[in-house]
Amino acid sequence: MPARDWESVIGLEIHVQLATRSKIFSGADAAFGAAPNTRACAVDLGMPGVLPVLNREAVRMALTFGLAIDAEIARTCRFDRKNYFYPDLPKGYQISQFDQPIVGAGVMEMEVDGATRRIGIRRAHLEEDAGKSLHEEYADMTGIDLNRAGTPLLEVVSEPDLRTPAEAAAFFREMHALVRYLGICDGNLNEGSMRCDANVSVRRRDQEGLGERTEIKNLNSFRFVRQAIAHEIDRQIAVLESGGSVVRETRLYDPRGDETRPMRGKELSEDYRYFPDPDLLPVRVTPDLLAEARARVPELPRDKRRRYREELGLSDADTRFLTADPDVAGYFEATLATGCGAKPAANWIMERVTGSLNRTGLDIARCPVTSGQLGRLIARIEEGVISGKIAGTVFDVLWEEGGDVDAIIDARGLRQVSDADEIGRVVREVVNDHPEQVEQFRAGREKVLGFFVGRVMRATGGKADPGQVNVLLRDALRGP
Amino acid sequence: MQPFTSIADLGRGLARGDYSARELAAFYLERIAAANDDLNAFIRVTEERALGAAEAADRSIARGEGGPLTGIPLAHKDIFCTDGVATTCASRMLAGFVPPYDATVVARLAAAGTVCLGKTNMDEFAMGSSNETSWFGPARNPWDRGRAPGGSSGGSAAAVGAGLVPCATGTDTGGSIRQPAAFCGVTGLKPTYGRVSRYGMIAFASSLDQGGAFGRSVEDVETVLGAMEGHDPLDSTSAERGPTRRSGGRNGAERMRIGLPSEYWTGLPGDLGGCLLAAAQELEQAGHALVSLSLPHTDAAVPAYYVIAGAEASANLSRYDGVRFGLRAEDPTDLDDLYRRSRAAGFGTEVKRRILTGTYTLSVGYYDAYYLKAQRVRRRIQQDFLEAFDDVDAIAAPVAPGPAFELGAVDDPVAMYRQDVFTTPASLAGLPAMSMPCGLVDGLPVGLQLIGPPFEEGRLLNLGSEFQQRTDWHLRHPET
Repeated sequence: MPARDWESVIGLEIHVQLATRSKIFSGADAAFGAAPNTRACAVDLGMPGVLPVLNREAVRMALTFGLAIDAEIARTCRFDRKNYFYPDLPKGYQISQFDQPIVGAGVMEMEVDGATRRIGIRRAHLEEDAGKSLHEEYADMTGIDLNRAGTPLLEVVSEPDLRTPAEAAAFFREMHALVRYLGICDGNLNEGSMRCDANVSVRRRDQEGLGERTEIKNLNSFRFVRQAIAHEIDRQIAVLESGGSVVRETRLYDPRGDETRPMRGKELSEDYRYFPDPDLLPVRVTPDLLAEARARVPELPRDKRRRYREELGLSDADTRFLTADPDVAGYFEATLATGCGAKPAANWIMERVTGSLNRTGLDIARCPVTSGQLGRLIARIEEGVISGKIAGTVFDVLWEEGGDVDAIIDARGLRQVSDADEIGRVVREVVNDHPEQVEQFRAGREKVLGFFVGRVMRATGGKADPGQVNVLLRDALRGP
Repeated sequence: MQPFTSIADLGRGLARGDYSARELAAFYLERIAAANDDLNAFIRVTEERALGAAEAADRSIARGEGGPLTGIPLAHKDIFCTDGVATTCASRMLAGFVPPYDATVVARLAAAGTVCLGKTNMDEFAMGSSNETSWFGPARNPWDRGRAPGGSSGGSAAAVGAGLVPCATGTDTGGSIRQPAAFCGVTGLKPTYGRVSRYGMIAFASSLDQGGAFGRSVEDVETVLGAMEGHDPLDSTSAERGPTRRSGGRNGAERMRIGLPSEYWTGLPGDLGGCLLAAAQELEQAGHALVSLSLPHTDAAVPAYYVIAGAEASANLSRYDGVRFGLRAEDPTDLDDLYRRSRAAGFGTEVKRRILTGTYTLSVGYYDAYYLKAQRVRRRIQQDFLEAFDDVDAIAAPVAPGPAFELGAVDDPVAMYRQDVFTTPASLAGLPAMSMPCGLVDGLPVGLQLIGPPFEEGRLLNLGSEFQQRTDWHLRHPET
């Protein structure tokens, strides 16, 4: 049976690490990257007698997320203990939310191949992260680093609404953009700030109900999401076509071998014995708390995309590029705020700014050319003070040395020559010096005009207004 | 110096300079040294620290800065974490565990100027009603060394009862302050759940555990409570309430209505019942009205209590896994071996029994039948009490089905659990309850229990104080 007769059904569980300053149940620093066990206090270590105290900021962040996906938000939610033994889980239970999550059903809008898709979000709940087991650095032993223990996580569970690996990757990307827009996650995939598990099954196109699913754990890049799911789909189809059946299990993706394989020694249906955590009171989501969270919801990616297309007249490609990263969108909008045009601003950011950032490995938040200076630079082109070409020179100066656009133009004598007499004089000289090319133009070879423009620009050191040069040249070449 | 002196009189002695705090501490330390081999009330005596604290108290007193507890010797149940002093919960599992933090109760009482003489014996992880589950062997009843001091706070009760220390802390989950207070002839108060911070108090059953105090009189207990109580930002379940103040009945009535629930008063052995009834009548003669009433779900309290406490304990004790602190099996072959051997060697039989039953009642398929049902029973019991308190100001009841039993006499676990029949209901309802000496049966002390509505400790103290002004049972003590 050919692959096109199969349909895949995919749901994602995305763990979003919330960017709170301290941990979800203790005052310890939640920042990434420190010597092992230096950012774990008695509470994170699960010492006898210590108690968790809920970080209200994590609650506000979760509510902000819920409002951004139009989710149902119950008036109260609570925390439960999820019991299992593992050395990097200090208390022997994880504080999580079982049947009363802070965020209920919602929906996320995303675009795939120009079409809008609405993906259901089943729920999102708060929980604490575990520590890390370090297997490789110790012979015959396992090291435990509890710095990450107690870091707040928002686990977002999608409905099985995704149909292709590309769609799943697009969803992960959209989630990545959303949480960064909301300012609730730094989105740093390399540091594990977002990780996802994929539930994958396949079924024949005419089949009712779902096929048996497998879960692929711990995918931490857009590419791995796509590749791992694609491989798992192929594997499941191959199993089914050879008469076998898919076994419900947890698998790991190995990017080196580009394959998924079953996780060793993981029991299939572990009983976590959830029960309400008596150390924490139920969380009451008051109208005030909701209002606080609502005030934090910025313009969302989907609304921004609509506005860029409809109000700013930008293309789909420009819109996609500018809205993918909230910092880029912010830079773009700050540039627009200086009064320059949207299209030239978009072009400058996508080409010159992005090119320079990529070359130097900086991110836009630390771009040496401020949005204010970029806006002024574009305005000077629009006003005819400098040409686009000269603007490139000014941009390089701004990048290397900083400073002010107008001061650079003046100090370096880059102001465009728009004096008709001065340009007319140069035009006449150039025309007189090249009678042969004049003949060619008059014989109908329009292309020769470019030659003359180039000569005039060179003679004026690039400062002549190219539009004006064109007009004057045409006049001069038309002859007496 | 006389060992059975009240805190107020000791304070006067210190203020007058009859003796220094150092001399006072040394006096009690000598008494401990002489009696503890026999009584086993203390797991650890911290002589050096005590003398240091006493000298600091003397300096405070000399500066005129002392409060009612400055220089007063006290002992902490070994369930409270003490910074720099081994804290074991009477378990081999925590042998050698030295917390790097003080429990809030310990810190507050130290700040009030008390002088801690040591850590008292208890049932292992507070699981027991006789002190016999202690890894260090049972404390003994000062009235009859062949008998149990009660449990779980048996060491504290025995120490106060024998005049080894004027007052001590305890914890009460299902009767662990009230029953040993009754057995040892001292006054013990379990405050309302949430009145005293649980931070640094090693958890047994988090929704029930509550710290409280033992003293030689209601006044002494009141003084100690005043320094322990109050909201603690480190314990989210601690209540934001003002300090406990003596109070009258409903609407401030001086003459109160005291309920005698038939479920508690019928079927008592004749001499015990007679002794308790005489105590209740003493209150009647003081002008209060005795009212009979019914608390129909009393019978279900013990089973509900043991389901809930076991469930919570099974999770609370998961952190003792040999990985970070406490007992660790030598040369484990793998992770499961480390867990299995550490926990098998570290926990005693009763603790294991409760972990197993708790794990069982939380498991898939049993959760509804046990844990959820027990929670429903708990709500009924709460409701019973709240309805009763519409009509009465306080409830008077026995503490235990009899006076102190002989060590080893109750060898069936369920029979031992039945010891808690009169104490578990108030625990499940989170109510304040106090035990005070009210007579002798066969030369052994008997306690009367007073139970009040939530946060009405002041009413119990008022009634109790009135009772102790009219009787001298609290002044009796064993031969020394």
